[in-house]
Amino acid sequence: MSEPQDKTDSRASTIKRLLLRPPRGKVLDAILLPILAVFTALVIGALVIVFTDLEVLNLYKHFFSAPGKALAASWKEVASAYSAMFKGSIGDPAQFIKGFEALRATGDLAPLRQAFWPISESLVTSVPYIFAGLAVALGFQCGLFNIGVEGQIFIGAIASVFVGYSITGLPAYIHVPLAFLAGAVAAGIWGGIAGLLKAKTGAHEVINTIMMNYIAFRLSDWLLRGPMKRPGYVPISPSIEHSARLPRFFADPIRFHAGFFVALAVAALVYWLLFKTTIGFEIRSVGANPNAARYAGISVTRNFILAMFLSGALAGMAGANEVLGVNYNLAAAFSSGYGFDSIALALLGKSHPVGVVLAALLFGTLRSGATRMQSLAGIPIDIISIIQALVIIFIAAPAIIRWIYHLRVQQEGAEAIFTRGWGT
Amino acid sequence: MAPVLELRGMTKAFPGVLANDHIDLTLQEGEILALLGENGAGKTTLMNLLYGLYQPDAGEIFVRGQKVEIHGPNDAIALGIGMVHQHFMLVPVFTVTENVMLGVESIHRGVFLDRQQAANRVREISDQYKLEVDPDAYVGQLPVGVQQRVEIIKVLYREADILILDEPTAVLTPQEVEELFKIIRSLCKQGKSIIFITHKLKEVMAIADRIGVLRGGRMVGTTTPEKATMETLAQMMVGREVVLVCEKEPAKPTDIILEVEDLHVSDARGNPAVRGISFDVRAGEILGVAGVQGNGQTELVRALTGLLRAQAGRVSINGVDVTKASPRKILEQGVAHVPEDRQQDGLVLKYPVYDNLVLNTYYLPPFAKGISLQQHAILQAAAERAYLFDVRTPNIYMPTSTLSGGNQQKVIVAREFSRPIRLLIASQPTRGLDVGSIEYIHRRIIEKRDEGTAVLLVSPELDEILALSDRIAVMYRGQFMAILPAKEATRQQLGLLMAGVSDEAAPEDAATVEDIIDRF
Repeated sequence: MSEPQDKTDSRASTIKRLLLRPPRGKVLDAILLPILAVFTALVIGALVIVFTDLEVLNLYKHFFSAPGKALAASWKEVASAYSAMFKGSIGDPAQFIKGFEALRATGDLAPLRQAFWPISESLVTSVPYIFAGLAVALGFQCGLFNIGVEGQIFIGAIASVFVGYSITGLPAYIHVPLAFLAGAVAAGIWGGIAGLLKAKTGAHEVINTIMMNYIAFRLSDWLLRGPMKRPGYVPISPSIEHSARLPRFFADPIRFHAGFFVALAVAALVYWLLFKTTIGFEIRSVGANPNAARYAGISVTRNFILAMFLSGALAGMAGANEVLGVNYNLAAAFSSGYGFDSIALALLGKSHPVGVVLAALLFGTLRSGATRMQSLAGIPIDIISIIQALVIIFIAAPAIIRWIYHLRVQQEGAEAIFTRGWGT
Repeated sequence: MAPVLELRGMTKAFPGVLANDHIDLTLQEGEILALLGENGAGKTTLMNLLYGLYQPDAGEIFVRGQKVEIHGPNDAIALGIGMVHQHFMLVPVFTVTENVMLGVESIHRGVFLDRQQAANRVREISDQYKLEVDPDAYVGQLPVGVQQRVEIIKVLYREADILILDEPTAVLTPQEVEELFKIIRSLCKQGKSIIFITHKLKEVMAIADRIGVLRGGRMVGTTTPEKATMETLAQMMVGREVVLVCEKEPAKPTDIILEVEDLHVSDARGNPAVRGISFDVRAGEILGVAGVQGNGQTELVRALTGLLRAQAGRVSINGVDVTKASPRKILEQGVAHVPEDRQQDGLVLKYPVYDNLVLNTYYLPPFAKGISLQQHAILQAAAERAYLFDVRTPNIYMPTSTLSGGNQQKVIVAREFSRPIRLLIASQPTRGLDVGSIEYIHRRIIEKRDEGTAVLLVSPELDEILALSDRIAVMYRGQFMAILPAKEATRQQLGLLMAGVSDEAAPEDAATVEDIIDRF
């Protein structure tokens, strides 16, 4: 009953309580909104598919006399579109069965490879999305809006392809990393310029990076028509050395390559950097409250420059990945807008590396499925842009989703704990 | 006569808290009722129930004897209830008139705003209650005190006769407070009834006709300024005896820690804010800097902590010249800084409590090895600090934004006091805090002094300066009017110095001097 004893007890128990982690919000709660956003976008996309098809629309003229016909046609239209998308992105179950049977019967791998081709293509498309999404997310974490990812992708690709074709005689284990890092560093410097301008002059990074995009596009146009053009009339660079290619694991047509694993490793590295190091603590502090960061002795300007460098470098890796892993050369307009899609993607992934990887896989799947949908079901590929745009709207305005599905707003505290550091 | 407003048995529960527990309250016509209570006592919840922002779980509201139900601010306004929020709801780029008519625009010829008519009405109201507001001024260019009067006009324009003022003095200078009190009195004389929410004892004693004290969601008593003293009110509010005056030993100053010579600093717009200040602070003493807000105190502190570059002069800490040093270099000299605006400068609100407890030491061992953060060490130290400094939070993983103002301030104090420091620069360390937290933080500051820390305390609250300081400097228009030993300083003398009247200068006429003294 001695008093000091009580005191140490209450001290120990209070500290223990303070250290007790609250139960984590269920993972489902955190990803419920994004999932519903994607689902809703697909539903609305289906309506767009139906109402842009003249044949189906004509059936709706007779809706009141023959409603079944119109509805059935609509259903057929949507089902064929989305099943084409599914087959084009994940694969056709029938093909898998055929592939395995052929393997058992004749030992021929080709049909099986054919069956795995769609999912391989989805993953291949996801890789640049992962890099570019990480680039935007890292910028967001520091409170910076890097719209220059597209331009940085071009700069990264230019540097990588140059190192890839101009240096010969290197072993692959040196040439590949060298070419890859050349792309990252070049694009990092390109992004860092915007950071430097912001730090030194206060010029807004959104304006700077947009302008730098145009410079990058025209620079690559000029290089591909001049100094970097391969002999001939086409504005395209020479092919890179075999020693600079990111290794593939399967025979054609499976293009799945080592870049996918590099991307996952880089995502893990970004996670570690942001959340487990002093560097990330500084970047996130500057992003969350620059005044408090300065007060705490953190250099805001230095972190602006650093974050823009790192963001640019990640974008550059997307470009490097495309030329070293997929195309093996650089052609004009090779990056069909990865840089701009990645902004949506980073938002969808809540600026968290894990979220970005998941969102990138989704975007890669949609994009590669849409290509197939266009050829099989005759649905224009633009439908995918509509779906992506809807996803962004729903993510940016979660109130819409909450309203549609009658979701309650989560307790602020609970939500904030789970989304801590998710950059939103 | 029926009271103009009566609440019976108002009850409102939030998950885990009974914010209002059967509260009864009456308000007579022309009366000023002060609602006193610590942060979290349920004052704001009660007013939000009255204003229709929340629905009560139980309880009845009567306005002028009639039972009413209030489902939203529009209902409240229709019943003549108006609310002036603590945080103003004004559009800075609009004029006073435009702000006032926002939401109840008068229109002529279908689509055109009738600004003229509205401006006339604003002018009428302003004259009637002596508010002295120019209807055509842009709100963003008005001082805070005048912006508040614009909020009052907004309420009067909507013809409210029951006014709720939520912590109206939190953002005002002493003069502005006095002006506000005059306005409140004139409103009451003309038949308006007022509920005045606050946690400042002195204001309650000065303005209220009747005082209701809330604690833990219950009305613990009503009294009048005549029957109550500050001590009894504090006790009702906190539920235990409160020491309003800090007990402290005389200072034992030793070595000079902070030395400032002829410091000149410009504010953000490039105007001179600090104009040639020299002083020193010794280990083991508290130098208080008194002065009405906006006389260069902010810039002085920012220059001393490296957040603002000095134009000229010299600052040294422990004999090291830090005039041009970075904030980090100054921190590493053993300087603790409790910033003026805790939410803007002192905390990353969305970070969990534990990150804010190491916000400026995260890169030092044991919290980091190389660039790798040592999560375990951070959590242990954070829990220890939260315990030692009595930060009230369920755990250290809560986002700091969910803490009350007093607890946020304790997080800052815990962080700054937990490392070896030789100089403490505390700027308005108790701004917006309740009595309990003020007492606590004052005690901690004196403890630090007794451990041999040099303390520079900057505060516009004369009470705080007088309670803590060993020497008092009075700042006026960027200069120190005088530095006095605290023992010799009187309230009157300080008040005069704060208004720029120096000892030597003869007061111009007696009435002015009385006025000035009155204000403090």
